[in-house]
Amino acid sequence: MIFNKSTYKLILASIFAMLLSACAQQSAKIDSQIQGDVYTGTDTVEYLADGVPDRVFFATNESVLTTASRETLRKQAAWLRKNSSINVVLEGHADERGTREYNLALGERRANAAKDYLMTYGISENRISVISYGKERPVDSGSNPLAWSKNRRSVTVKAN
Amino acid sequence: MKTINIITFLIFIIFPFKIYALIEVDITRGNLNPLPIAVSSLYSDKNTNEVLKKEIKVDKIGYEISKVIENNLKATGLFNPLEKKAFLQEPDVAHLKPRFEDWSLIKAQALITGKVEFKNDKVRVEFRLWDVLAAREMMALAFTTVPNNWRRIGHIISDKIYERLTGEKGYFDTRIIYVSEAGPKTQRIKKLAIMDQDGFNIKYLTLGNELVLTPRFNPTNQMVTYLSYFKNLPRVYLLDIETGIQEVVGDFPGMTFAPRFSPDGKKIIMSFAKDGNSDIFTMDLENRIVERITNHPSIDTSPSYSPDGKFITFNSDRSGYQQIYVMKSDGSRVKRISFGNGLYGTPVWSPRGDLIAFTKLHKGKFYIGVMRTDGTGERLLTENYYQEAPSWSPNGRVLIFYRETKSNSDGEGFSAKLWSIDLTGYNERQVITETDASDPSWSSLLSN
Repeated sequence: MIFNKSTYKLILASIFAMLLSACAQQSAKIDSQIQGDVYTGTDTVEYLADGVPDRVFFATNESVLTTASRETLRKQAAWLRKNSSINVVLEGHADERGTREYNLALGERRANAAKDYLMTYGISENRISVISYGKERPVDSGSNPLAWSKNRRSVTVKAN
Repeated sequence: MKTINIITFLIFIIFPFKIYALIEVDITRGNLNPLPIAVSSLYSDKNTNEVLKKEIKVDKIGYEISKVIENNLKATGLFNPLEKKAFLQEPDVAHLKPRFEDWSLIKAQALITGKVEFKNDKVRVEFRLWDVLAAREMMALAFTTVPNNWRRIGHIISDKIYERLTGEKGYFDTRIIYVSEAGPKTQRIKKLAIMDQDGFNIKYLTLGNELVLTPRFNPTNQMVTYLSYFKNLPRVYLLDIETGIQEVVGDFPGMTFAPRFSPDGKKIIMSFAKDGNSDIFTMDLENRIVERITNHPSIDTSPSYSPDGKFITFNSDRSGYQQIYVMKSDGSRVKRISFGNGLYGTPVWSPRGDLIAFTKLHKGKFYIGVMRTDGTGERLLTENYYQEAPSWSPNGRVLIFYRETKSNSDGEGFSAKLWSIDLTGYNERQVITETDASDPSWSSLLSN
């Protein structure tokens, strides 16, 4: 069988289209988990209680709380108000794409952003302690944007 | 008249010959023609060999010391040690009086010979450095020490030779303290480790029960400051390598980190993080007086003193992003010095005072570079996927740093290794460690 030029083009175009859609699917999958550089998925999230996620995520080099993060922290604050005997440690983390010392400071800043928000919702300072692990304790060991977004986090952990 | 003629003749013949033959190694440029050097085995007699084999389990001590020297010189990239198989003269004869024709035949321009003797429970090592073309001795020295110190003798000889041929102090009789790493990325086990500059005599100083980071030498003695997560409280500690005694020095209610000694070794400068803000403080080790150096709502970290102690370079994101700053040691006259594209971190002042080494992140790549202390003359020495934390050799010619590799989503492919590079940007090489390694810090010369 002999292909003429247009058949060739057609085959090439369809292969190209298939490749494109595969790419689009791949990036759509990541897009659904990262918004504006902040992780929005639930893969690594654990729960302090039913409906109370334990962690919030940050954009690269940032310590600003997103709308979703503030919602999570309000849930945590409500849960902490109900369980007044429970104290928590806020563990701040950074991704691996930064110098070690700066990341220690950044992790501390992130955990404190979460702490400040809990305090504005009525949680006493002496129930909250803060620790930064910088980039020392990633939850996802991959070297890719999705893994890094999961690692830029502040995790609320029961201290007692 | 006749005498004058003879004198002129001698001056013409000998004088110019000597000038051109004097060996010199230019270390200010990348050296593409390393100096061919013959390191003869040091001569040791049968008795010495037998005793030392029994005492310290080293066979052929003279050969082993010559290998230490050879490896040191080779690693500088400035010297090309020649194959011992090509040597025509026996070590003992060469040490007395080399037959220079034999050595120039194999293209050696410099020759090292020596002798090892065992006397009164000590080893006495002597060596000579010869200029092969000028056919003369350039240097002769002898050292006496306990047998177990034999590698150090090799390093001290290397320093003497390096200094004689380059005009600058060596960096071989030194040690590297670093963090030894093992285990998966998510639960990395880290221990403090120390080794000779050439990778030998590795000792582990902590057990790995708690996370330890960023050890740094005191430039005046064998003390180390580092960050430990002992009892899950990240604090700056002090460790005496000789006695193993550790004590906390930055025990404030918050995190203390990024410690370094002042050049006189009497203070520790570090970051203190509290309520989301990191500032720079110093602590006097004698009277424990703490002084605040910066007071700014941004992250101020990675401080490093100039060698005269008058200035401090540090890392701050007060402009919005991580950049390098210089200030007077009392915290006044803060001035930003990095203005290139990208983020700048971990500034370290050169022991010579003229340069600041740094880590740079630009468009997803990490660089180790140097710039003048006013920020001009930025020069990037090496680019990679991830590398940071340069530390200077005591003579300010070489930087050691660590490099990490990319991992796949299962964490496979990840490694952390020590690397060194010459200030010229040439002679990049891995510093071999038996485990993964990071956060290297170079000691000052142990002897002088």
